[in-house]
Amino acid sequence: MSEQMSGAEMVLRALKDQNVEHIFGYPGGAVLPIYDAIFQQDDIKHILVRHEQGATHMAEGYARSTGKVGVVLVTSGPGATNAITGLTDALLDSIPLVCISGQVPTPLIGSDAFQECDTVGITRNCTKHNYLVKKIEDLPRILHEAFYIASSGRPGPVVVDIPKDVQFAMGDYYKPSNESDHKSYKPQLNGDLGAIEEAVNLMIRAEKPILYTGGGIINSGKEASESLRELAELTGFPVTSTLMGLGAFPAKSDQWLGMLGMHGTYEANLAMHDADLIVCLGARFDDRITGRLDAFAPNSTKIHVDIDPSSIGKTVHIDLPIIGDCNNIILEMIRIWREKTDQNRLSASSVWWKQIEEWRDVKSLRYENSDEVIKPQFAIQRLNEAVKDKDTYITTEVGQHQMWAAQYFQFNEPNRFMTSGGLGTMGYGLPAAVGVQVAHPDAVVIDIAGEASVQMTMQEFSTAVQFRLPIKIFILNNEYMGMVRQWQQLLHGSRYSSSYSESLPDFVKLAEAMGGKGIRCDDPAKLDDAIQDMLDYDGPVLFDCRVSKEENCLPMIPSGKAHNEMILPETKDIGNVIDEKGKVLV
Amino acid sequence: MNTNLQPSGSAYFITKPTAEPERHTLSVLVDNEPGILARIAGLFSARGFNIDSLTVSETNHEKGRSRITVVTVARPKVLRQIKLQLERLIPVHKVHDLTQEGKCLERELALVKVAGKGENRVETLRIADAFRAQVVDASTESFIFEITGKSSKIEQFIALMMPLGLVEVVRTGISAISRGSSKM
Repeated sequence: MSEQMSGAEMVLRALKDQNVEHIFGYPGGAVLPIYDAIFQQDDIKHILVRHEQGATHMAEGYARSTGKVGVVLVTSGPGATNAITGLTDALLDSIPLVCISGQVPTPLIGSDAFQECDTVGITRNCTKHNYLVKKIEDLPRILHEAFYIASSGRPGPVVVDIPKDVQFAMGDYYKPSNESDHKSYKPQLNGDLGAIEEAVNLMIRAEKPILYTGGGIINSGKEASESLRELAELTGFPVTSTLMGLGAFPAKSDQWLGMLGMHGTYEANLAMHDADLIVCLGARFDDRITGRLDAFAPNSTKIHVDIDPSSIGKTVHIDLPIIGDCNNIILEMIRIWREKTDQNRLSASSVWWKQIEEWRDVKSLRYENSDEVIKPQFAIQRLNEAVKDKDTYITTEVGQHQMWAAQYFQFNEPNRFMTSGGLGTMGYGLPAAVGVQVAHPDAVVIDIAGEASVQMTMQEFSTAVQFRLPIKIFILNNEYMGMVRQWQQLLHGSRYSSSYSESLPDFVKLAEAMGGKGIRCDDPAKLDDAIQDMLDYDGPVLFDCRVSKEENCLPMIPSGKAHNEMILPETKDIGNVIDEKGKVLV
Repeated sequence: MNTNLQPSGSAYFITKPTAEPERHTLSVLVDNEPGILARIAGLFSARGFNIDSLTVSETNHEKGRSRITVVTVARPKVLRQIKLQLERLIPVHKVHDLTQEGKCLERELALVKVAGKGENRVETLRIADAFRAQVVDASTESFIFEITGKSSKIEQFIALMMPLGLVEVVRTGISAISRGSSKM
């Protein structure tokens, strides 16, 4: 069944057929026909942003908190180039986005027309795939294919660049009946059964096993988190996770070791280092995780479950790769495990757990609290306490506050933590919070922010005001780009070159000027009440939480060091920890 | 690729050579759509892989498929990454490592322009004959030869023509196909 309509109408129709409810965008000359089509329908709500980068991060937050595809609409030229950061962010963190961009009319392409840029050329390396639609006949297929490619396999961003004449052109709209039948793109979803059985054999034999999980579990859907919990319970294995995977396994569980990696816990990193079997589920042995590669988990057999074959063996040698969707493979592991044994492999009293308890006793997340000044770790713990019984979603910017959020906030459910992991995009958290709130209007959505990051996309606060989205921006304001300052202390003799946040705005007045509420707190004794004020206010809030200025984010695996060479909280003189060789690493 | 590291390096760890780089010929079957060559070439440059030779042409007009032959030099683990990253591109159907699969046939075509007079012209023709190079254009002062064969043969021919008045050379790059009855 096909219907005659214009290209612009096809865009809206395809979005509706893909069950899209919200899109994030900004109009301009080359997308006016699509905006006209938006005006004439009620099914899809358009969230008008203040900058296209904001639109991409909103779509990321929306996608990550719902599991749906986030949709962005931008105009040609600067509209498209402003979206690049968010597209790259989505590529590195495997977030499903479809970004529709306007393009100058086909006869003008290549003539350096007004607001023309080579969108498909520029976005080729920062998308999973992209299209320039030159003919109206191709548009329906490409729109639906874009959604399929963005959301299947290893998810990622897809750009569909539509010239203005194609938006005006009339054509036949149809929805492909079997969109998963792509001629060359066929992600492998089911793991090889022989390999899974071999994995279970290794798991049954292991003395010092660990489950190392990542964002792949979240991308595999809520069921994968359920399966992971079942697998952990069945096996008794300890569980650690990357930044991207937080929440897939409940932080309240006894088997949870905390996050691993550069700012991971002592127990998680030491357990990785000493493990004899690492079962990696949907993570990619990123450099923030492995630290010094030649000293990474030296005595372990490594099983790697990933939907993307190119992730396997990219940095670390893998003994047993299993390609496929995490949930399918975990379910098979559970089934085979049950066939082979009804025994929990690791009881809480085993030698391995005893060793882990000793590492836990080091309490690597301890910090010296104060009556006079708010410690950032304390602020996050109090925030966590205030919202623990609420339906809460957390986003972050990038830096120390992000790591503190990962360390001190307890995530017990998947899709609750939105952060820029791979690309490390400062300015991600505020617009991401807007996107999350659009998807979950009644939930508490908090951006744990830093005063430097938040200024990068501050203007999206207006978007929150306009659409009555009661996001809470909880700024840990230490007047420094804290992580930059910490690295300068570590590596560059405490010469704080350009890392002091000069000329900060008055965040309270700023919030008021933008139509929201501003709250400031610098007294640990008044913090709980101030947080309550923030949560009670029915509208967007900027919370200026003044925290101690030179707090370091610890524990830390310094660059060039191994997992068992962590800096712990009592290290006073961190300026002498990293040697000359480590200084050149990032 | 990085299991054995140098103690220091630049931003990320630098691989200590664990195995010698190898020269491999890859055959990549793709949809012949706009931008496909840019995707392949962009992938190589973005990830720091080498391209020694690259040839592209549509080989199945009905289905709109092209075969791309890429010759690359890399250590085994990087080579594996190259193949997997190529396969990750949406319009790529298959990637075959013809060198690894053995028994492949590689050919290249070159047009070689040689200018000279007198004795040199005779010598030029004599060598061309020995190499089975065809004269495709001639003037009183020059020849253009068409020569087909393995890259090593072409290299040798060019080297011999150098002192005899070699003017310029164009080469197609390598086309390769597996031997026997099987197809990609």
